[in-house]
Amino acid sequence: MSTIVCKQICKTFRQGDEIITGLDHVDISVETGDFLCLSGPSGSGKTTLLNAIGGLDTPDSGEIYMGDLRIDRLERGALADMRLHHIGFVFQAYNLIPVLSAQENVEFVMQIQGMVAHERAQKARAILAEVGLEGMERRRPAQLSGGQQQRVAVARAIVSQPDLVLADEPTANLDSVASAQLMGLFSKLNQDHHITFIIATHDKRVMSYARRLIKMQDGKIISDEAQ
Amino acid sequence: MNNVILRMAWRNLWRHGKRTWLTVGAMIFSNSLLVFSISLQFGSYEMMIDNSLQAFSGHIQLQHPAYLEQPKIRYAIDNVTDRAQRLRDTLELTSISARAAGFALASSRDRSYGLQILGVDARHEPLVSTLPGLIRRGRYLEPGAREEIVIGSVLARNLRIDIGDELSFLGSGFDDSFAAGVVTVVGIFESGNADLDRSVAQVNLVYFQDSFAMGDAGNSIVIRAAQIDDVEPLMSRLKAELQGSDKVVARDWNELQPGLRQAIRADMTSAWFMYAVLIVLVAFSVLNTQLMSVLERTREFGTMMALGLRPARLARLVMLETGMMTAVGLLLGIGLGALITAYLSVVGFSYPGMAEMSVKFNLPERMYPAISLLSLSLGPLIVACGSLLAAIYPALRLNRLLPIEAMRAV
Repeated sequence: MSTIVCKQICKTFRQGDEIITGLDHVDISVETGDFLCLSGPSGSGKTTLLNAIGGLDTPDSGEIYMGDLRIDRLERGALADMRLHHIGFVFQAYNLIPVLSAQENVEFVMQIQGMVAHERAQKARAILAEVGLEGMERRRPAQLSGGQQQRVAVARAIVSQPDLVLADEPTANLDSVASAQLMGLFSKLNQDHHITFIIATHDKRVMSYARRLIKMQDGKIISDEAQ
Repeated sequence: MNNVILRMAWRNLWRHGKRTWLTVGAMIFSNSLLVFSISLQFGSYEMMIDNSLQAFSGHIQLQHPAYLEQPKIRYAIDNVTDRAQRLRDTLELTSISARAAGFALASSRDRSYGLQILGVDARHEPLVSTLPGLIRRGRYLEPGAREEIVIGSVLARNLRIDIGDELSFLGSGFDDSFAAGVVTVVGIFESGNADLDRSVAQVNLVYFQDSFAMGDAGNSIVIRAAQIDDVEPLMSRLKAELQGSDKVVARDWNELQPGLRQAIRADMTSAWFMYAVLIVLVAFSVLNTQLMSVLERTREFGTMMALGLRPARLARLVMLETGMMTAVGLLLGIGLGALITAYLSVVGFSYPGMAEMSVKFNLPERMYPAISLLSLSLGPLIVACGSLLAAIYPALRLNRLLPIEAMRAV
């Protein structure tokens, strides 16, 4: 379940009396192991496309496939299961659970998946070490810097070896050093674990890490180039 | 605690410690109040039952099957004194006494009044009834003494007689013959129950049997159990012993005094109305806390849903948090309530005027809450159920939540 195909997907939003076009007949195909960036100005449809691919939002029309599975028609429970087992999310604002420690945040997804306690603790510690957070397992999000929190979020996203990681402006709240470290980490994970990455960004430094760059404007794909 | 979800639920509770403690405090207060009130209620019912039954009817009576519906002298049981003695031996219980009862017209020199004359075993009657202890003037019957009578204070006033005065009675005997006698008033009792004080008098059983031509028969054998809980096993034994007999039945206090149970039910109903108000208030407090908690964590719930948590599991998380909060309130509330109740069940307590009443009516001077597993758990468990029910609405709201909208929430 790795190749993502979007066919003619459209999404509009209502803002007061105004109808805003989020996605306008978007076609896209993403292969397993791709490392692609969606770029474009604010309101161009990057996040809307990520949300549609991730099953967080449903398009008004069009079809989205993950492998053979048509995900735009799945009911909420099945979509939740699909996200749980196949997709990792990295959000701009990290979105860690504040009452849980770094290790517990990472374990959270594995617990929902039903993994036994000792196994998930072991995996969580290993992945935190891999993202450079060894010794910080017991810290709560408030005790970590922005970069460290984003690393925890990345660890949470990849710990259960998803097919796809969707990252929405992952470096927006990070300084340049932390951004470079994070993108280096993404590249390494992509190469080592063959995880597909789709990253929405308008940060040119982030785009430089991508092997494929899709530019969007007004809900449409205006260019799709390999780098 | 290896479970991340459990840890998260517990920590979520204390994110707003003051708010949680306010709700838990309301639970602790209501639970301890309920433990105390229900224990006191049970204690007062026990006292009420004991006092009512000790005054006259006892916990159990052996009677002729028709006597309860038609308390006529002819519905008698044979050999009543010996039967009572056998029961004392068999049950190893001394508080068993034989009685006979008849209606008569009692006359003093000036006046006449109808009354119920009881023939009692003066040696054992004080063990089954508090009436002998309520003699305010004179003394109680001497065992075996003939031509002595004790009467109630209202009857004494009505007949205008006092200790040492003579009283004649005229009634209908067991065989429909005239039953008549002249007796001397040796004691005047005051039970506080005007009906009893107006219409009941006691003579020795042997004298009654002679006067009313009863032979060795009587109308009842009264049994007072050591405590109310002993009634059921005693009844089982008596029923087993009386199996096959169509002339004697055993009746417990529920049959003898059905009004008592009804009075308790009526009192319980009004008390539970008050408790229900308390429980509803606690439930609203829980609803408020959990609703606020859910609303302010909407973004977080959105993230969890995005990570793959199904809405139903989110709802379970909210119920789990409520369950934990309820458990804290339940344990501390029961603990505090139990401590207060246990202390008062030992030292007892009274209210102004209770001491005077107790002397007058031969009642205990203090009230003692009756602590039991039921009185400890009944109220708090209902509070817990109410709290969990109140959390259903906030939990159900999560079922409608969409991850993308939730994550955009402020």
